[in-house]
Amino acid sequence: MSATGIGAAVRRKEDHRFITGQGRYTDDVNRPGQAHAYFLRSPHAHAKIKSMDTKVAAGMPGVLGIFTGDDLATDKIGGLICGWMIHNKDGSPMRAGPHPALAQGKVRYVGDHVAVVVAETLAQARDAAEAIAVDYQELPAVVDTAKAIGAKTVVHDEAPDNSVFNWHLGDKDATENAFRAAKHVTKIDLVNNRLVPNAMEPRAAVGDYDAGDGIFTLYTTSQNPHVARLVLSAFIGIAPENKLRVIAPDVGGGFGSKIFIYAEETVCVWAAKKVGRPVKWTADRTEAFLSDAHGRDHVTHAELATDAEGKILGMKVHTTANLGAYLSTFSSSVPTYLYAPLLSGQYDIPAIYCEVDAVYTNTAPVDAYRGAGRPEATFVVERLIEVTARQLGKDPAKFRMQNYIKKFPHQTPVIMMYDTGNYGASMKKALEMIDYKGLGKRKRDSARAGKLRGIGFSSYIEACGIAPSAAVGSLGAGVGLWESAEVRVNPVGTVEVLTGSHSHGQGHETTFAQLVSDRLGIPIDNVSIVHGDTDKVQMGMGTYGSRSGAVGMSAIFKALDKVIAKGKKVAAHVLEADEADIDFADGHFSVKGTDRKLDFGSCALQAYVAHKFNGQELEPGLKEGAFYDPTNFTFPAGVHICEVEIDPETGVTRIERWAAVDDFGNVINPMIVEGQVHGGIAQGVGQALLEGARYNADGQLVTASFMDYTMPRADDLPSFDVGMTVTPCPSNPLGIKGCGEAGAIASPPAVINAITDALGHEDIAMPATPQAVWRAAQKSISRQAAE
Amino acid sequence: MATVSLTVNGKAVTATIDPRTLLVQFLRENLRLTGTHVGCDTSQCGACLVHLDGKAVKSCTTLAVSVDGASVTTIEGLAAGDKLHPMQEAFREHHGLQCGFCTPGMIMSAVDMVNRRGHELDEKTIREDLDGNICRCTGYHNIVKAIAAGAEAMGKGAVPARQAAE
Repeated sequence: MSATGIGAAVRRKEDHRFITGQGRYTDDVNRPGQAHAYFLRSPHAHAKIKSMDTKVAAGMPGVLGIFTGDDLATDKIGGLICGWMIHNKDGSPMRAGPHPALAQGKVRYVGDHVAVVVAETLAQARDAAEAIAVDYQELPAVVDTAKAIGAKTVVHDEAPDNSVFNWHLGDKDATENAFRAAKHVTKIDLVNNRLVPNAMEPRAAVGDYDAGDGIFTLYTTSQNPHVARLVLSAFIGIAPENKLRVIAPDVGGGFGSKIFIYAEETVCVWAAKKVGRPVKWTADRTEAFLSDAHGRDHVTHAELATDAEGKILGMKVHTTANLGAYLSTFSSSVPTYLYAPLLSGQYDIPAIYCEVDAVYTNTAPVDAYRGAGRPEATFVVERLIEVTARQLGKDPAKFRMQNYIKKFPHQTPVIMMYDTGNYGASMKKALEMIDYKGLGKRKRDSARAGKLRGIGFSSYIEACGIAPSAAVGSLGAGVGLWESAEVRVNPVGTVEVLTGSHSHGQGHETTFAQLVSDRLGIPIDNVSIVHGDTDKVQMGMGTYGSRSGAVGMSAIFKALDKVIAKGKKVAAHVLEADEADIDFADGHFSVKGTDRKLDFGSCALQAYVAHKFNGQELEPGLKEGAFYDPTNFTFPAGVHICEVEIDPETGVTRIERWAAVDDFGNVINPMIVEGQVHGGIAQGVGQALLEGARYNADGQLVTASFMDYTMPRADDLPSFDVGMTVTPCPSNPLGIKGCGEAGAIASPPAVINAITDALGHEDIAMPATPQAVWRAAQKSISRQAAE
Repeated sequence: MATVSLTVNGKAVTATIDPRTLLVQFLRENLRLTGTHVGCDTSQCGACLVHLDGKAVKSCTTLAVSVDGASVTTIEGLAAGDKLHPMQEAFREHHGLQCGFCTPGMIMSAVDMVNRRGHELDEKTIREDLDGNICRCTGYHNIVKAIAAGAEAMGKGAVPARQAAE
């Protein structure tokens, strides 16, 4: 392994600009003559707009334009779309209500977009927005996930019972039969709490219009600028794709929330032409809370059937998923195909049946958030497994190992074909790392100090490397989920790689360059990674679902194959040998059995000067592109074990130890992979202990700032003990499985299993705040005293 | 309108501004020093943290006119020319950043922590002292390591001239 090749902990190439304050985020972009947009948002969760008067506001200082939903309609600007069609059990399509970028006659959640003011300064735009007179007729709001279906309040006329869809997966009869044969059935009710993604960089957009050429440019905080261009062009109708450039420069975290095409960037790019000036908008944090797509928000009943020996026979799940007031870009896929196919976990379960009711409510739209459906599934599986082990009086680690899938490939009853894995190896390693044998002593030590200690396991699996286009197409996706790459070799042998993946913290400028350096045998500093600009990169599907390694890098791998193949042709001419006799290794083309060779840089130069061949026999130049479409999902899996200590007097939970063992297949840069694991665990611990988006009964978001919504801080978390096992992924050339979401998927059940272990199996909901833990601890203490 | 005069990263600047201009707006919009970020507007996250007369402040809740005459150091002023500050080096070496958005505030906060608490910082001290800065990417694990290493390196004397002058 070279110091900068595959497997090396190369320090990140992108870091210099970030640590010196030279990062280029969307809000750092300032265009000549730029004006500022401010969105007037609904203060009501549900209301009819009886009338709106903008005359006074329009005359205020600095105002360049005020636009409403009527103006968008006049210009035939379409509504926002949901790109994944889900069908009801009866085969009918899901019920999608209209989603205008600016409200047309009705607002459906607090923060919904009513009008936009464009002015010389942000302060002037905000002042003018306050002077817009809107006459609302308030309507009752439906907020509660579990009570939305059949509520009197109807969010969309298209869905009179607030049902977006009633969907199912699995064999119901086989599952019922399994339950009839069972010796033991475990039943649990769970709430997967609503979260706000809260990337540290708020969303932002700068729209620009070049009247000379009729070209729009949108700078935006996007994880997938090409998908944004496709949707803005083909569905919303801003401009044809050749007249619309989307640039996603440095993006300060995404976690899913920047996949989607929102109202604000749509309006900014459209308004740039209306006012003849560049238009900039940056969310403040409360706007982010109100209008970014939220995550999770499931209410679930689940049951697990086991035989007399503790072998799992079947699983039944019913989930109600809150999708908010409108269907966001990929929202319908999250509680369906990103959720139910993961309910087999790491376990050999012969029969599974899952039914999902997705509902509209007067809350912000809900869509993918780190893990997207898979954390929700893992929470169901790992809480069921843990509770079952306790009810059966079995050691939770042994119960898991008893039921692990041990032979691969393994076809689950819920679509997925697991290709490879070694779950027992991960569990064994994690048990050693956490010193499971010493747990009894540690529990006794805690008890002597008046504390409660508990341990919690989570054996997770995820399906990522999203995704084979044909497979997702058959399940309702409106797009294919391949990735593209172009490798441009310059005449001096340096390389630019254009990728359709987008980096917003993942370190692609380093890991992708490692791949190129490794394969071409050139210094890593000679490789530049270009992403995030539709004028530079032809097409791409972006970064989410832990897909950039498995899919994005596989596209680069394929393009590099073509570069090497072309290089061999050039080398054959230069070295005057037969092409079949040319080898390429360690940065040199050589003629078999001789000492004649040509280094990669010289080959590149020869390809461009083209003196040794003519265009009839070989085209000049060295540039190749590839599209890579995966043949299967990838299946990262692992075991996370969390050990907590609770102070029953205060309810404060301290995480004392965390052991994570993940199998991500082959790893390009272990430093970056471990960083992804750390960050994912922190977000999952946030969900388990601290975070929860709360709407009151009127639909007001009462957690709409960092003063009300608890973000994990440094002293909420321990240092993490991270280990790995490796079974290379067989379905892509690099053997990569993906690592971006694992921590967030694994960690919530590990924390809750640990807390409930400490509390003598007393159940607790997320977030397990000190108040909730204190109540549960007191209940547990009185129950145990009574027993 | 109001006039404000400051020394920013060693350079004297004077400007006429709307009196409601926040220090972070003045830095980002008037001076185009965009390394200082706005993450929350409520002095919770610390992305906007700068040094004001040598002490850490949240520039998103500081009116520019209220600090007339002060000396401000931002992330852009931390290195001495091409020579990075040891805390900047430590964040890179220990992978203390991912998306980079909270990073300027983290580094400025870390330098302030060392100025207040010295060069030998244990994990508990760093974690507790860092409660004014939020990172969503790293889980803090590598930030804590970076700060401990950066603090130690600062103790070995490799501190750029301007920082020492504060």
